[in-house]
Amino acid sequence: MTGERELDEPLPIQSGPGTGMRVARVALPLLVGAVSLFLWDLVVRVNEIPHYILPGPLLVLDTLISDWHTLYPSLLVTLQITFMALSVATAGGVFLAILFTQSRWLELTFFPYAVILQVTPIISIAPLILIYVDNTYVALLICAWIVAFFPILSNTTLGLNSADHNLINLFQLYGASRWQTLWYLRLPSAMPYFLGGLKIAGGLSLIGAIVAEFAAGTAGAETGLAYRILEAGYRLNIPRMFAALIMISGTGIIIFLLFSMLAHLVLRKWHESAVKREN
Amino acid sequence: MSAPLIELRNVDKVFSNGTVALKRLSLAVGAHEFVSLLGPSGCGKSTALRLIAGLGAVSAGRINWAGRPDPAAAARRDIGFVFQEPTLMPWATVFKNVYLPLRLSRRRKSEVGDRVLDAIAKVGLSGFEDAYPRELSGGMKMRVSIARALVTEPKVLLMDEPFAALDEITRFKLNNDLLELWQDQSWTVIFVTHSVYESVYLSNRIVVMAARPGRVVADMDVAAPYPRGEDYRTSEPYNHYCGQVSNRLHEAMGQ
Repeated sequence: MTGERELDEPLPIQSGPGTGMRVARVALPLLVGAVSLFLWDLVVRVNEIPHYILPGPLLVLDTLISDWHTLYPSLLVTLQITFMALSVATAGGVFLAILFTQSRWLELTFFPYAVILQVTPIISIAPLILIYVDNTYVALLICAWIVAFFPILSNTTLGLNSADHNLINLFQLYGASRWQTLWYLRLPSAMPYFLGGLKIAGGLSLIGAIVAEFAAGTAGAETGLAYRILEAGYRLNIPRMFAALIMISGTGIIIFLLFSMLAHLVLRKWHESAVKREN
Repeated sequence: MSAPLIELRNVDKVFSNGTVALKRLSLAVGAHEFVSLLGPSGCGKSTALRLIAGLGAVSAGRINWAGRPDPAAAARRDIGFVFQEPTLMPWATVFKNVYLPLRLSRRRKSEVGDRVLDAIAKVGLSGFEDAYPRELSGGMKMRVSIARALVTEPKVLLMDEPFAALDEITRFKLNNDLLELWQDQSWTVIFVTHSVYESVYLSNRIVVMAARPGRVVADMDVAAPYPRGEDYRTSEPYNHYCGQVSNRLHEAMGQ
């Protein structure tokens, strides 16, 4: 989930053969996936493994379709928590990063606490949050927010501080105000770093939401995907567990692709990471 | 020489780590002069230029502008500064990079757009307004940087080894273009360089500096007439001045 490399970034070797490589990049992972599914199916069939121990891939697909009416609303709940948490983390992270770069004292005072928040495993604080926050939905939001917040804050802070020193001098020379320097220089300089942080935070907020749902367990009135996994587990409905798991992974992949694409669109004109080079 | 436009009087600059960058530096630059500050690295020539621009405070001594102490914020608007690197904003087009100084003084694009285009034209980059810096060669980026310095129509142009990173052919071309602009605009130019040849080619006065601590060791006029072209590079006076300046530079480094 924390992959730094963009999926759409040209690999160094790609500059040679061109289209052949591009086809291979899609075809090879697909081939591995197909072979794995086939082997999975084969193992289940040959050994006659009962579906309450290991369902075959076709049964999982069947369940995904037949249970869609139960799983889809749960997906929406999880997605809502994920994106709400991510939005709050983004707004808060960027805001705090700006405050930090405007005042060294604030940064010195509060950054250690941001680190503490980050290094404490969410799974160990989630039960506490669930105890003290009455509304389970809000508690889940807080958990997802905690894990998504730090990458945004630290990346944006780093980005805001990486503005070209000579450009800062130039802004001084022309009598730029603090806000002009922030708006025209620091924020654009921070953009690649921020987008990198967003890509990581997107995945993490999904993980945070799922972990918190697990911690809430059946106590939660909300029924996210993790709750569906727990519920199906109690009922030994293994195919549904797999189906929910696939939905979670799929969501994670889509979130990652979404933010990779966003980063590419924003940076393609000027940033090295998004510019295609011909050698 | 008329009353000096810029005057440094016994300027000291000591950095916070104790390094003495400048020691009792005195220098007076008159209007319309093209002065080169020449010296080995570490002689404080760039530091002196930054102090003149108001980037950083002097540790002792004073800098007068047309007789008045220290460049007030208003006076600084009359300065164009060109760094060793092009120092462009990679996310902005050529137009927006050149427009920056005017934008910072809250001038509207509709009002000063023509001035921006004019500055871009002066450095020979018409047609590249919408290009991004990464699409330009090193020489073209430097031209954008010069256009940005021109756009406020400054009286004084401060240049910190602007062509040091360029290949020689590009550098010669930019030297000629700079001289043409200087004659057109009646600027005062203070040009920091470590190249004897560049300083003799461009300037009508060369101030040789020595290091540890940074100080002036020679102040020489280059009396060759303008316009100077490629012929000048191979002429007898040019060689004569180059020899003379080289000797002073060697003396400065031997001390």
